[in-house]
Amino acid sequence: MKGQTLLLILFLITISVVGFSYWLVTAPLEVDKGITVKLPPWSDEPPSAMKLNSRNVYSVIVNANDELLVRGEPMDISNLKENTKIFIANPNGLENMSESPDKALISLKNDRGTSYEVYIKVYNELKAAYKELWEEEAQKRFNQSYEELNIPQKKEIRASIPLVISEAEPTDFEE
Amino acid sequence: MAKFSRKKGKGTPKISTASLPDIIFILLFFFMVVTVMKDSDLKVDVNYPYATELQKLEKKSLVSYIYIGKPKERYQKSYGSAPRIQLNDAFATIDDIPLFLEKEKVKIPEQQRPLMTASLRTDKDVTMGIVTDVKIKLRKVNQLKVNYSSKPRTDDL
Repeated sequence: MKGQTLLLILFLITISVVGFSYWLVTAPLEVDKGITVKLPPWSDEPPSAMKLNSRNVYSVIVNANDELLVRGEPMDISNLKENTKIFIANPNGLENMSESPDKALISLKNDRGTSYEVYIKVYNELKAAYKELWEEEAQKRFNQSYEELNIPQKKEIRASIPLVISEAEPTDFEE
Repeated sequence: MAKFSRKKGKGTPKISTASLPDIIFILLFFFMVVTVMKDSDLKVDVNYPYATELQKLEKKSLVSYIYIGKPKERYQKSYGSAPRIQLNDAFATIDDIPLFLEKEKVKIPEQQRPLMTASLRTDKDVTMGIVTDVKIKLRKVNQLKVNYSSKPRTDDL
């Protein structure tokens, strides 16, 4: 009787250990995902003053209080993506928006006191705007989803709507 | 002899323990096989921000991690609560980044070195000041591929 109880206990322990290890193995590992960016190379010389037509520049400023100023106007972050898309594509050919998508430039400036969370949100929205434009262009040109295109086709679309997010050195008001 | 014969038939016989070493070894091997090495011990708190435009980092061997966040509570006595950088297993300063990246670089084959990515695992409550400093340092050492680690977000803003 005693031996059987012992066996049973041993059996239970083994089962629980195996179960625990199985959970260890199958538990979702930390996912390695994120927003990929390519930083511009560093140069010690100050950037040459480029003559930019101001209608092509979409300036986004995030201040230390995490407030957005887009082309001089305060904006809520939930509207940023739509407005960016309209600015780049300029479907109505407005005077104060980009001449063509390949001339559009987004200038992003933040403060040293801006929170990282908001910075990522803003960057994410800007990237999402481009992604949606690429998707629309892919549907228009090739009748296919952008993800399904082959590399030359993707390049073609990216050449006509290049992703240009230029980041200025941050201001330093408060940290 | 009578002693022995008397014992017989009394109670249940003892379980043979001859197979115990086998069981232990099987367990040992099992654990050896399933154990996953932990990358590094986090000394800073990192709560990732949420984003939708995520890209997966494919090759782990090509990624070097830079952690930025507040020191964990048990380190706050000696390191304060201002955001700090962690490289590998230790707290570091911005000036340690070039050497750290160089060490990571020599680990990977030469033709794959341009593909090396710096993964910034930054806490969402950190301010941009320290992040900007790290970014400038990365640009100076020509480590231009950067990934801002984020968690997927499903709901709208």
